[in-house]
Amino acid sequence: MWKFFHMLASPPHFYRLAAVFAPWLAVPGLALIAYGVYAGLFLAPMDYQQGDAFRIIYVHVPSAYLSMMAYMIMAVSGGIGLIWRMKLAHAVAAAAAPLGAAFTFLALVTGSIWGRPMWGTWWEWGDPRLTSELILLFLYFGYMALRGAIDDIAKADKASAVLALVGVVNVVIVHFSVEWWSSLHQGQTLMKKGGPAMDPGMLYPLLAMILGFTFLFGSLLLRRVRTEVLFRERRTRWVREMILSPEGS
Amino acid sequence: MEKLAMGNYGVYVWSCFGLTLAVVVFSDWRARLRHKRVYREIEVRIRALEERQ
Repeated sequence: MWKFFHMLASPPHFYRLAAVFAPWLAVPGLALIAYGVYAGLFLAPMDYQQGDAFRIIYVHVPSAYLSMMAYMIMAVSGGIGLIWRMKLAHAVAAAAAPLGAAFTFLALVTGSIWGRPMWGTWWEWGDPRLTSELILLFLYFGYMALRGAIDDIAKADKASAVLALVGVVNVVIVHFSVEWWSSLHQGQTLMKKGGPAMDPGMLYPLLAMILGFTFLFGSLLLRRVRTEVLFRERRTRWVREMILSPEGS
Repeated sequence: MEKLAMGNYGVYVWSCFGLTLAVVVFSDWRARLRHKRVYREIEVRIRALEERQ
C-alpha cells in the first residue's frame, strides 16, 4: 500500500497515470451530468413555492459544493507539502486554485441569478453565506496572486500553503453559516438528520449532478496537475527523455 | 416551447446553465492550452540544447 503511494507521489509516475485516469473520470462525469441536466430540467417536478426557478439548484449546489471541496484539497495538499515536503502535493494545491475560483464564481453568480426572482434582490450583504462565499473567492484570488508574486517556487509553495491553511476557517464558516446565523438561504437539505428533505424526483438528478461535477472536477484537476508537474520538473532527466522519445507526452 | 419558458423563469434558469457550461468549457480549454504551451516551451529548450551538444 505504502509502496503504491510512494510510487504515485513520484512525478514521472503521476504524470503518466494522470494521463490515463483523466479521461476515465471525464466520461462517467459527463454521462452523469447529461442525465442530471435532462432529468433536472425536464423530468423533475416543479417546486410548489419556487416554480421552475428551483431548477437552478442543479448547477448552483454542485458548484457551491466544489468551491469548498477544491479549497479543502488545496489546503490539505498544502499541509502535506509543508509537513512531508512532498513536491507533488504542492503541485496539486497550485492546480486546484484556479478550478476552485471558477466554481466559486459560478456558485456566486448562479446564486445571485436565483436570488433575483426568489428574494427580490441580486445580492444581500447581510447574508452570512453570500458574504463568506465571496470571501472564499477573494481567498482563491489572494492565493493565486501570492503564488504569482513569488518567483522561487519552493518559497511560493510554503507561503501559499500557510495562506490556504489559515483560510480553512472560512470554509467552515461557509458550511455552517446557515445554522449559526439567520440567513436567506434554507438550512441543510441533503445532509439533514433523518435523510434528505427532497422529493426523490428532484433528489436523484441533483445527486447525479453533484457526482458528475465531482468526476469532471477530478478529471480537470488531474490534467492541470500534469501541467504543473511538467513545468516544475522541466529541468529533470525524465522530462528530457520523455520529450526526446518518439511517443512524446 | 412552454417547457423551455420555465414558467417565466426561463431567462434565469437557462442563463445559469449556459454560464456553467461556458465556465467549464473555458476551464478545460485553458488547461489544454497551458499544457500545450508548457510542453512546447520545454521541447524547444531541450531540442536547442541537444543541437548545441
